[in-house]
Amino acid sequence: MSEERRGWFQRLRAGLGRSSSRLTDGIAGIFAKRRLDEAALAELEELLIAADLGTELAEEVTGRLRRTRFNQEVAPEEIRAALAEEMAKSLALVERPLRLDPATRPLVVLVVGVNGSGKTTTIGKLAKQYRDDGKTVLIAAGDTFRAAAVEQLRVWGERAGAAVVARETGADAAGLAFDAYERARREGADVLLIDTAGRLHNRADLMAELQKIVRVLKKVDPKAPHAVLLVLDATVGQNAHRQAEIFRDMVGVTGIVMTKLDGTARGGVLVSLAEKYGIPVHYIGVGESAEDLRPFEAEAFARSLVGLER
Amino acid sequence: MFESLSNRLNDVFDRLRRHGALSEDDVNAALREIRVALLEADVALPVVKDFVNAVRETAVGQEVLRSVTPGQMVVKIVHDHLVETLGGVAAQPLNLNAVPPVVVMMVGLQGSGKTTTAAKLGRIVRLRERKKVLLASLDVQRPAAQEQLAVLARQAEVTSLPIVAGERPVAIARRALDMGRREAYDVVILDTAGRLHIDEPLMQEVAAVRDAAQPTETLLVADAMTGQDAVNVAKAFAERVGITGIVLTRVDGDARGGAALSMRQITGRPIKFMGTGEKLDALEPFHAERVAGRILGMGDVVGLVEKAAETVDQEEAEKLARKLQKGGFDLDDLAQQLKQLRKMGGMGGVMGMLPGINKVKKQLEEAKIDDGMIKRQEAIISSMTKSERRNPKLLNASRRLRIAAGSGTSVPEINRLLKQYQDMAGMMKKMNKLGKKGLMRHGLSAILPGGGGGFGR
Repeated sequence: MSEERRGWFQRLRAGLGRSSSRLTDGIAGIFAKRRLDEAALAELEELLIAADLGTELAEEVTGRLRRTRFNQEVAPEEIRAALAEEMAKSLALVERPLRLDPATRPLVVLVVGVNGSGKTTTIGKLAKQYRDDGKTVLIAAGDTFRAAAVEQLRVWGERAGAAVVARETGADAAGLAFDAYERARREGADVLLIDTAGRLHNRADLMAELQKIVRVLKKVDPKAPHAVLLVLDATVGQNAHRQAEIFRDMVGVTGIVMTKLDGTARGGVLVSLAEKYGIPVHYIGVGESAEDLRPFEAEAFARSLVGLER
Repeated sequence: MFESLSNRLNDVFDRLRRHGALSEDDVNAALREIRVALLEADVALPVVKDFVNAVRETAVGQEVLRSVTPGQMVVKIVHDHLVETLGGVAAQPLNLNAVPPVVVMMVGLQGSGKTTTAAKLGRIVRLRERKKVLLASLDVQRPAAQEQLAVLARQAEVTSLPIVAGERPVAIARRALDMGRREAYDVVILDTAGRLHIDEPLMQEVAAVRDAAQPTETLLVADAMTGQDAVNVAKAFAERVGITGIVLTRVDGDARGGAALSMRQITGRPIKFMGTGEKLDALEPFHAERVAGRILGMGDVVGLVEKAAETVDQEEAEKLARKLQKGGFDLDDLAQQLKQLRKMGGMGGVMGMLPGINKVKKQLEEAKIDDGMIKRQEAIISSMTKSERRNPKLLNASRRLRIAAGSGTSVPEINRLLKQYQDMAGMMKKMNKLGKKGLMRHGLSAILPGGGGGFGR
């Protein structure tokens, strides 16, 4: 394992480790000296529920263990591996990086999500990573609702060395997105990142506004936006299902970014989202700095979630 | 969900009753349903356990088993207990009993809504308590956070502390208090940076701010969408910073809001306010019954009525009501209703807030009744002549063909709309007879025969 690779994996583990240590301790506690009986399985199910996996999936995953290992004498390590394996199976299907396509320039990336999920910060980090990679990046400050959202993005733009297209608060976000796209084409930018105002998915009027942005972008290129990223906060519970479903139906989400995995929230809802919607997961956020936005890796995520080294 | 919880409970009891006497196992089966319902609403596991145990004790004491409808009785016990645990019927007000300037400090995770809530709170304190308010942002982490609060303060018509670049949070807090004292402010609201509850340096920093500012109120701002992690967050902030109350944000979303119960239970602190929208006037005293209803999936009737009041044109509504009483509900009125339905957030937005709607919702989905269909129906009605709208009986086959062509729809769609109109007209008559009370008691099922009948297939 190369030095750099180890570096980020340790970061991920340090971030996720906090989320998983409680889970790990719990598992070790259950299985240190006992058989995998009904009581043990029930406790295991509860641990998964506490990780936001949801009742149904938690029951199913423990059900699979019941079928294969019921009444066996199992080591905690073994159970962890089996659990990780089960979750990794579902997660592997959605592990897909967001790739730049040389034939598509600029790649238009629309970033959507509910308020406070971390859209603007994610865009800042993405911009920095693309710039460090030698790409030219244009950012459209499409959150024309929240006070000082533009200023926040400008700071990120300066850090990254990316130009920010902005208008005054209250301006039409679709018009801004259109202008930014035109400019990105004119200037031959590699990537156009479009920020949007946070909106609750049950606000039909605000969702219609988002659809308008998509429509307007399609006037320039019917294939645009080439990526629609839904930013999900790891602390979110079962409501993530509604968010994923409605944003997908309304604006065709192509990928998920899960932020704030450096807290104690475990983001277990990603597993049930993977099974239910199969939307690709591109990135996870495990810290404040730009390099803490990491490509999503199913096995690492699953194994880290249950406290195992890779 | 409420319906489904009570249905599921009734199923459990029905199934068991056929076997003769009910046993403790039967009660356990019912409690398991409650447990699942609460977990699905994001109530944290340890809290669910305590809650279910408390319900078990109450249920046994009340001899649920001998009741004719044990399912409903259990649901009532759960609901009542939920309201009580959430803090009872009356919300606790903001405590401003201290020597001015009274300090209110906002804390919480990133993105929970602290800054917006600080401004909303400033506005309420200025208007309702008639106090002179100073807002200060201590957030030196997030770019432009201080600017954001300054802009919001202007909108809320309260003063904000001038920004000094590079100043540390504790120093900002001291300066805010100084200015508060010097210029005779009644209340100083400190907005702190969002932080992870396990970020040791940042938790120490907020503790230092607390020591310097001696807040009378320290409010934990938390998102209603929070999942199981609510327990960890609430515990950490309560232990490390010491909180006096909770503000639940984004209650206007469609999350079930179980986090409210988790945090209330873990911290023992009251939930004082809830954020119900993006605008600065959207902060209300916490309403335990409403949130209890949502956690149980009973819907949020009050929320729906408020939403309706916001979006529905009062005059139009009164006109319609007068018309209805005369029994003259025509297609113009239907078009008006469709428009308002869309304005209120479409089918999804409204449905989530209605009690007893879950079964109907499924039928609607199966019948492919969605917002797109509402739009097409509006188009159909606008392709009719005035006299057709007033008197749908005029609509013979050739007129229907014309309307289909004009609205870009088909004759079957028009037939469906007319059937729906007839059902609705019938429903209106029933509703008049039933009165408002009956509607609240029986939910929509009272007026929608056979579930989705009102929307005819």
